[in-house]
Amino acid sequence: MNDASHWSIFINAALINNFVLAYFLGLCPFFGVSAKLETAVRMGGAVSFVMLVASVCAYSINLLLDAINAPYLRIISYILVIASTVQLVEMLLKKLSPATFRAMGIYLPLITTNCAIFGLALFQTNRGYGFTRAFVYALGAGAGFALALVLMAGVREKLDLANVPALVKGTPAALIVAGILSMSFMGFAGLGR
Amino acid sequence: MARNQITTTDEFVKGLWRDNPVFVQVLGLCPALAVSNTAINALTMGLATSFVLVMSGISVSALRNFIPREARIVSYICIIASFVTAVDYVIQAISLELHRSLGAFIALIVVNCLILGRAEAFASKNSLGRAVLDGLGMGVGFTFALLWIGVVREILGSGSLFGFSLFPGSFQTWTVMVLPSGGFFAMAMWLLIVDWIKAREAATERTIEEVTP
Repeated sequence: MNDASHWSIFINAALINNFVLAYFLGLCPFFGVSAKLETAVRMGGAVSFVMLVASVCAYSINLLLDAINAPYLRIISYILVIASTVQLVEMLLKKLSPATFRAMGIYLPLITTNCAIFGLALFQTNRGYGFTRAFVYALGAGAGFALALVLMAGVREKLDLANVPALVKGTPAALIVAGILSMSFMGFAGLGR
Repeated sequence: MARNQITTTDEFVKGLWRDNPVFVQVLGLCPALAVSNTAINALTMGLATSFVLVMSGISVSALRNFIPREARIVSYICIIASFVTAVDYVIQAISLELHRSLGAFIALIVVNCLILGRAEAFASKNSLGRAVLDGLGMGVGFTFALLWIGVVREILGSGSLFGFSLFPGSFQTWTVMVLPSGGFFAMAMWLLIVDWIKAREAATERTIEEVTP
């Protein structure tokens, strides 16, 4: 069992070990959806939401797998259960709150098997977080992802107006910006333990 | 070029350069950047991914007439997850130290979009032999890409290669290259080099066409 305080778990997941900029998880949506600020905000919200769902799923699956002593089923059951739960939540959301669904619905299928989501499930298991700690960890990771995405989108909107050599335009420019962002996030390293 | 004119060797070679998964298709970026801080990590990750790529290619291609269309993605994910679990335990058995330094990234092969992408786009539509060649080509291309990134980061960041020191003690290491941001920079550099070579190739072809009408 891990006994770190909830606050330090949150700061750790959101800033120090940011999922995108320190662990390189969820790079596809990071580069794919960060061209516009508005879509970036929605995507960030959707990812945070799916992370919470995934964290609860992973916690319950882990209890079950420990009970029947079958750790080798972890990878396969995590991915299947998380993917199907997100689908289920998506249907519920469509029925109960069409407005929320329209705001982030189109992104949900894209991120069900995203590596950030799956990575979160694996990390919380490896670190032995209990239910509340896992929940806070997912909140922090989601907040960190959204923050990185929004910052990136802001920079890229400005970059569109700048005079960039044709060869660098597109992915290489985005990578260099991400590298500089990642470097500045390293300044948070002193915050926690 | 028509689909059936592609030779079997081309099926293999295309993954190395023309359709290189990392540098040209920009797929599977997460592991490419996350575990390429040393050359040995990059090599292990590349080999593990290639194994899963080839084995899932074989399984998907062999089962392509039995898997119903509606349930295909779920079936592919099950197949891939089984092989990833196997690789995870094999690496743990060979070297616990290596397994620890790669961390959860071995398990994360399961969500590498490259593998699901090849299963869906190639193995599910082609014969067993072609699927194996495609998997091998893409795997070797992926391994090489990871190795190039890893070599640059290790030489500049730690002044060594595969753990052997390269420079005399006076060499000032670029610590930033082993940190996460170095991954982004090394990848951007290789992308630029590949894009530049491709642009030059295209320009040469255009000149040849103009000279010989």
